[in-house]
Amino acid sequence: MIPPSFEYHAPGSLADAIGLLKQHGDEAKILSGGHSLVPLMKMRFAAPAHIVDINDIPGLDYLKEEGGHLRIGALVREADLEASAVIAAKFPLILDATKLIADPQVRNRATIAGNLAHGDPANDHPAVMLALDAELVIEGSGGERVVPITKFFVDTFETALASDEVLKEVRIPIPPAKSGGAYFKLERRVGDFAIVGVAAQVSLDGAGNIQSAGIGLTNVGPMPIKAEAAEASLAGKAPNDATLQQAGQLAADASKPVTDNRAPEDYKRAMVKELTIRALRRAVSRAEGGN
Amino acid sequence: MSTVNVTVTVNGVERSAEVEPRTLLVYFLRDHLRLTGTHIGCDTSNCGACTVMLDGKIIKSCTLFAVQANGKSVKTVEGLAENGKLHPIQEGFKEEHGLQCGFCTPGMMLSALELLQKNPHPSEDEIRWGISGNLCRCTGYQNIVKAIQYAADKMAKGEA
Ligand SMILES: Cc1cc2nc3c(=O)[nH]c(=O)nc-3n(C[C@H](O)[C@H](O)[C@H](O)COP(=O)(O)OP(=O)(O)OC[C@H]3O[C@@H](n4cnc5c(N)ncnc54)[C@H](O)[C@@H]3O)c2cc1C
Ligand code: FES
Ligand code: FES
Repeated sequence: MIPPSFEYHAPGSLADAIGLLKQHGDEAKILSGGHSLVPLMKMRFAAPAHIVDINDIPGLDYLKEEGGHLRIGALVREADLEASAVIAAKFPLILDATKLIADPQVRNRATIAGNLAHGDPANDHPAVMLALDAELVIEGSGGERVVPITKFFVDTFETALASDEVLKEVRIPIPPAKSGGAYFKLERRVGDFAIVGVAAQVSLDGAGNIQSAGIGLTNVGPMPIKAEAAEASLAGKAPNDATLQQAGQLAADASKPVTDNRAPEDYKRAMVKELTIRALRRAVSRAEGGN
Repeated sequence: MSTVNVTVTVNGVERSAEVEPRTLLVYFLRDHLRLTGTHIGCDTSNCGACTVMLDGKIIKSCTLFAVQANGKSVKTVEGLAENGKLHPIQEGFKEEHGLQCGFCTPGMMLSALELLQKNPHPSEDEIRWGISGNLCRCTGYQNIVKAIQYAADKMAKGEA
């Protein structure tokens, strides 16, 4: 399949990229990993007249801990996350999710920023970032702004990004001691998009009770979902079966799945409950120092 | 339609062609450079038949524009053998019957190459994860795994 024609730009700086986006408005699209955009272009779901390839912009591939945050630059690929020592040590939730995204070839190209910017509720990072309370650093012709992840997803394939803005950095608070996370993804075959995915992150207090919890849901609604009632139900509680069961039920209640070629709606809702319980159980076990 | 000049070092040799920006790398390799070892299977980023290495990392060449490879280096299946001698991975596929129709094989071998470069002694499980982006409709994967194990052993002996 041959994508529609376009004019190609490979700016050497973020400022030049933003200039091109401003100049061409809705006619332009950013190209990063290309693993959502190029397939869409081949199928004629997207036909941008201008492609602004940001892959050659230096200084956007950093992954570092700074000022109590993990800062992930726009050109960090899934494979970089997979290989990162900080991710392995402090963000098992991200590592779980990354390993289950597509396959090695795709992970060598696909970026976490593109995964979020695409606004696809079937993608895995949105739920992960909702569970981790990430912030997104966005730069456009009007300057820089920081948007909390809860304000980023606007509709299916629609985000808070304006046409002249670049998602420059994903910023995640470093979890306190005694924290853990896990991602559970039900898929038809390895590397496929989720039938249902659940991201869970917990922090325990000195007594081993849950201090705070984050829960994000993948592919069970028109947008990625933060299961807020389930999160709130866990605060201050001992992480026993009754507590986790209740959170699982609240997460299932928050989901809005539809029947499709992956699975019927009631099955998906039941799986949200079960995967929430499993993800929380593993998150708690990791917070306690286990696996 | 406007075209751009794209120069890529393919298997160590600098190659150039005038192409439209929308030309995908796999068509650049096959149609413009006549290197038809790299196959097109699904054309939808799923099957891995088009796998090549770009600056040492495996990618799906049906999902990258040729112009994005400008100034970079690409390795294809044609670059595996050296001086008429099969690469240990090629030898493994031959010895262990790692192919039937052979359509998936070029991509499969490039994925095996990255895997063995990163992890010279992979377990069976690691091999299966390493080739999880490559579909084979013939072999059932069993002999592909054996072929990669053969190559790993052979390459380890070469090191020693
Ligand atoms: C076979 C296959 C399987 C896959 N399986 C999964 C899976 O299991 N889970 C999953 O989560 N994803 C999956 N994906 C999607 C993959 O992770 C995509 O790469 C990802 O969704 C988009 O990231 P990208 O860097 O490739 O972005 P691109 O495709 O380059 O861009 C996607 C969109 O975001 C915009 N954009 C990109 N970067 C920026 C930026 N920095 N600022 C502003 N806008 C930007 C683009 O303009 C475009 O509209 C799969 C893809 C394939 C081909
Ligand atoms: S042809 Fe490229 S992945 Fe199938
Ligand atoms: S040998 Fe036929 S597809 Fe793999």
